[in-house]
Amino acid sequence: MSTNLMSGAKILLECMVKEGVECFFGYPGGVTLPFYDALYDHHIRHVLVRHEENAAFAAEGYARATGKVGVCCATSGPGATNLVTGLVDSMMDSIPIVALTGQVHSSLIGSDAFQEADTFGITRSCTKHNFMVKNVAELPQIVHEAFYIAASGRPGPVLVDIPKDVFMAQGHYTPVTSIHLPGYKVFTEGHAGQVKRAAQMIWNAERPFIYAGGGVVAANAAAELREFTELIDAPAVCTLMGLGALPAEHPNFVSMPGMHGSYAANMGMSGADLLIALGVRFDDRVTGRLAAFAPHAKIIHVDIDPAEIGKNRVVDVPIVGDVKRVLEKLNKALAETKPAHAGRNAAPRRAWWGQIRAWKEQFPLVPSTSDTEIKPQHLMAEIDRVSGGKAIVTSDVGQHQMWAAQLVRFSAPRLWINSGGLGAMGFGLPAAIGAQFAQPEKLVISLVGDGGFQMSIPELATIASYGLPIKIIVMNNGYLGMVRQWQELFYNNRLSSVTLDSFPDAEKLAGAYGFKGRTVEKPHELARALDEAIREPGPYLLNVKVSPFENVYPMVPAGGAINEMVMGPPQPVPVP
Amino acid sequence: MLQVISLLLENKPGALLRVTGLLGSRGYNIESLTVARTLDPELSRMTIVVDVDSKLCAQVIKQMNKLVNVLQATDLTETPSVRRELLLLRVRVAPEGRTQVLKEAEIFGARVVDSSPEGLVIEATGDAEKLEEFLETMRSYGETEVSRSGAVAMSLAGKKLKLQPPVPTRVEMVRM
Repeated sequence: MSTNLMSGAKILLECMVKEGVECFFGYPGGVTLPFYDALYDHHIRHVLVRHEENAAFAAEGYARATGKVGVCCATSGPGATNLVTGLVDSMMDSIPIVALTGQVHSSLIGSDAFQEADTFGITRSCTKHNFMVKNVAELPQIVHEAFYIAASGRPGPVLVDIPKDVFMAQGHYTPVTSIHLPGYKVFTEGHAGQVKRAAQMIWNAERPFIYAGGGVVAANAAAELREFTELIDAPAVCTLMGLGALPAEHPNFVSMPGMHGSYAANMGMSGADLLIALGVRFDDRVTGRLAAFAPHAKIIHVDIDPAEIGKNRVVDVPIVGDVKRVLEKLNKALAETKPAHAGRNAAPRRAWWGQIRAWKEQFPLVPSTSDTEIKPQHLMAEIDRVSGGKAIVTSDVGQHQMWAAQLVRFSAPRLWINSGGLGAMGFGLPAAIGAQFAQPEKLVISLVGDGGFQMSIPELATIASYGLPIKIIVMNNGYLGMVRQWQELFYNNRLSSVTLDSFPDAEKLAGAYGFKGRTVEKPHELARALDEAIREPGPYLLNVKVSPFENVYPMVPAGGAINEMVMGPPQPVPVP
Repeated sequence: MLQVISLLLENKPGALLRVTGLLGSRGYNIESLTVARTLDPELSRMTIVVDVDSKLCAQVIKQMNKLVNVLQATDLTETPSVRRELLLLRVRVAPEGRTQVLKEAEIFGARVVDSSPEGLVIEATGDAEKLEEFLETMRSYGETEVSRSGAVAMSLAGKKLKLQPPVPTRVEMVRM
């Protein structure tokens, strides 16, 4: 191992190599000049985005598509503050990213120097942890700690703030062989006794129901989830963050639960006598009114973060641990005890499945179509068709996100990439950039609304300059659709500042960047237009004009119980 | 309700802010906070008294335990513990009234640490209740000014501290 003197900038790159970083996303500036100079003849690939916020989103896209730590970089002051939305987003969705920010020269910190911002202070509450490097000697240890913290336990964003003089100072890269964070607790194994209790509870249940979330994706536990589901043969829902954890085509898969979840998913949760919650956080968008959530159910809750246990819902069997490790143990315990419980509760379980199927048939999630206009649901069905369950689909937040979550089927985790907890507009396009760099061979569809798309329009330049074959599909309804929906339903249809009546000509816009694009508005043209976009070897911008006043249903109004669903425009459906 | 939290944390820049930020971002008001380093100069012991919704006490402790710099967060509200506070008090009292003040101080186990023509500075320790009484008494002798440390607490039940062992870096793990 080399112990030659080298600059802090080079030491940082050395650390990144050791951490397996192949590419990262950033935007240079004054104080990161020494770093970018070191990068000039280095093999690590730097992707120049067009706005720092999108560097963070792209790093997230990279991390979400692979499970590896995504890296973004920005200069001091405005560069660093522009990262903040991406940091909060990754915090909310537990995505491992490391943000590297330049800081003004140590001697100037606190002097209101040019492009100085208190990055360490600003990002304290929106990172899992953050560091400020004081001297070059501590740089390697800190960088390796940052990667370790980001990726281990409940993943999250970690920021390292590096003053310009630390980049320039000469130091040694001494290999860091161990990380000692005495206060950093990671619980992975799960309590054996609790696992046993959970298994017993599962066999005792008459109406078990699986509630799987983003934790299953983060833990790479899809195979274990599938085995578990089949062992106990219970119906399962995947949350917005967990879609794909169980393949959509799996016979036990019901759909997404929650505010815009399916009837069967929400009725299933409400009727269950046992809810097995795996890597979820009982988010308000899933539970609706907490007091009325799953009122008959005992709860088994598996999560790696002890603070999630009992945070929103009292739990009967808490298991703190990595979902993958816990499910391995639980599956083993279940397999061992299964023969002894053969035929146990067979009749009620059959009845339970009958009920779930009846709910599914009563209100299936079927895409509505029209002869005169493209229904958004029709678009989702088409995306589902071209994806065949295999494409990476990124989205922003809003109506398009909900329709996609309802109707686009995913056969594996890490294909559905969206801003779940934070609900950040402008996420979909840069996330697609990160995902495409992570999975160059995969079809990446960036499904965005006309609002969110215009927040991330600068990144068309990034897509063009790297020739990324991303298929950008704009679901264009001319409104901030979800806000419009709420104004229609809850504010007497007083549409206040939600009209997006100017949208660039897609063909010209894409053409200006040197790639193809078009607008489609006739339902019978949609399939062909989409096929053409997919066939195109390069990027493609497809602007799909959809019916402007379509609302997302089913819907649980804010504050409602999840079984009090509004199934469609006219009347709420009476709950049995 | 007032929750008493004892924290052992790394003596690192920003560590204090992480703890107070966690409370502040949830809108909890900190009644008092004391912090100083422990026998191990790399660690600090902090005692916080904070006004928290009683349903959220356990959540606050869990969130604090999640902070990377926090080695141990313990709720001392209900557990057997000793709490003490230091109070410095300046009372403006004319020379003729001082004997009485000194007598009162003795009753409370307080002692005079400074004396000047304007008055006396008295140091008292005790639990919050006792100090309140002392303060009340002193105020009857003249204009007072007070500086209080806030509670310092120690658990009576020695809770074993579990430190996380070092872990190999990713590179090392790959090599293994």
